[in-house]
Amino acid sequence: MSQPSTQKKFGKSTREVPHPSQKVQKWYPATDESKPKKVRKTLRPWAPRDSLTPGTVLILLAGRFRGKRVVLLKTLDQGVLLVTGPFKINGVPLRRVNSRYVIATSQKIDLAGVDQAKIDEVSEPKYFARDAAKDKASEEAFFKQGEQPQKKEISSSRAADQKTIDKALIANIKKVDQLASYLASSFSLRKGDKPHEMKWENSQIADGESRELGMALCQLHLDVEASVTLILASVIEVFSQ
Amino acid sequence: MSATVESPSWRTVEVGRLVLINNGPYAGRIAAIVEIISEKRVLVDGPSSDEKLVVPKGAIALSDVFLTDLNLEIPRALRTSTLKQFWEKGEIDNKWKESKWFQRAQRTERRKALTDFQRFQLLRAKKQQRYEVRKALAKVKAAA
Repeated sequence: MSQPSTQKKFGKSTREVPHPSQKVQKWYPATDESKPKKVRKTLRPWAPRDSLTPGTVLILLAGRFRGKRVVLLKTLDQGVLLVTGPFKINGVPLRRVNSRYVIATSQKIDLAGVDQAKIDEVSEPKYFARDAAKDKASEEAFFKQGEQPQKKEISSSRAADQKTIDKALIANIKKVDQLASYLASSFSLRKGDKPHEMKWENSQIADGESRELGMALCQLHLDVEASVTLILASVIEVFSQ
Repeated sequence: MSATVESPSWRTVEVGRLVLINNGPYAGRIAAIVEIISEKRVLVDGPSSDEKLVVPKGAIALSDVFLTDLNLEIPRALRTSTLKQFWEKGEIDNKWKESKWFQRAQRTERRKALTDFQRFQLLRAKKQQRYEVRKALAKVKAAA
């Protein structure tokens, strides 16, 4: 780009004279030259939000299993999460979901004893890749349209993987009272429910407060019996009149 | 036919009336009216012994308070320390905490703070309660 400058003698001294092409232009350019726009965005790796730690119970908001409560196994790349139902509890298989369409609850499930190597194997992109040649609709299938399509067979290796991962998980879930039936139930909004006003994360509650809440809940369980006898007494009174 | 007409017993804005503050930084706390400033504003003071219920002496708009049933027989413009004596003598803290109003507010707050799993447990507990009551009711009905 830069043309060589020449040394020129002026009387006693020499001076460096730039190449003629480097000379300052006599006229301003008639039109402004457009400068390319600077892109200030950078490609950054995705960081899962704080609530998405492995073992968290998630509520799926979109897709075939919307409303289901599932267990987060691992955060993958680019906002993708690996979850499992467990399959035996709520019918959700090992599955990748978008982290945007998920509510993270404060409930955590102990992942101790779950085969980490198996999870790593499942989280490879090729694990969920389709067999394109096999899945492609053939001409024959097109002419058979009226007939019942063949039921998709679940590969036995996938079923085995599901079992190995879920086994330890289910054992841990069963240790906590009502946790299994909690996972089996699906989330839905009822009259007056406002999801933005519900508490989802424990971080907002101080430690002491959450303990207080737990105690309050225990009290509620005890209260059920007490209130039943109370209500009964009033019912009997009404009917005996 | 004769009808007796009774004058309604309103809760009135008066010196000694206990108010529940429902707006601003002291929302949810109780205070006594110590002086009436205008038809819209009063001077309140809440020297409760429970730290969570204390209201410093200050003027407040009546639109920011609810009048409660509680009342104190006090002279006008009391100092905080003197009011505290009346407050303790009138057992305001106990009376307030035993009131349905306070307990309902507490319950709502507790319900709101439940986590998802706790909400589920609550749902289960209520179902169980309902089942027991219906079962017992059916028994009584069958016997009657």
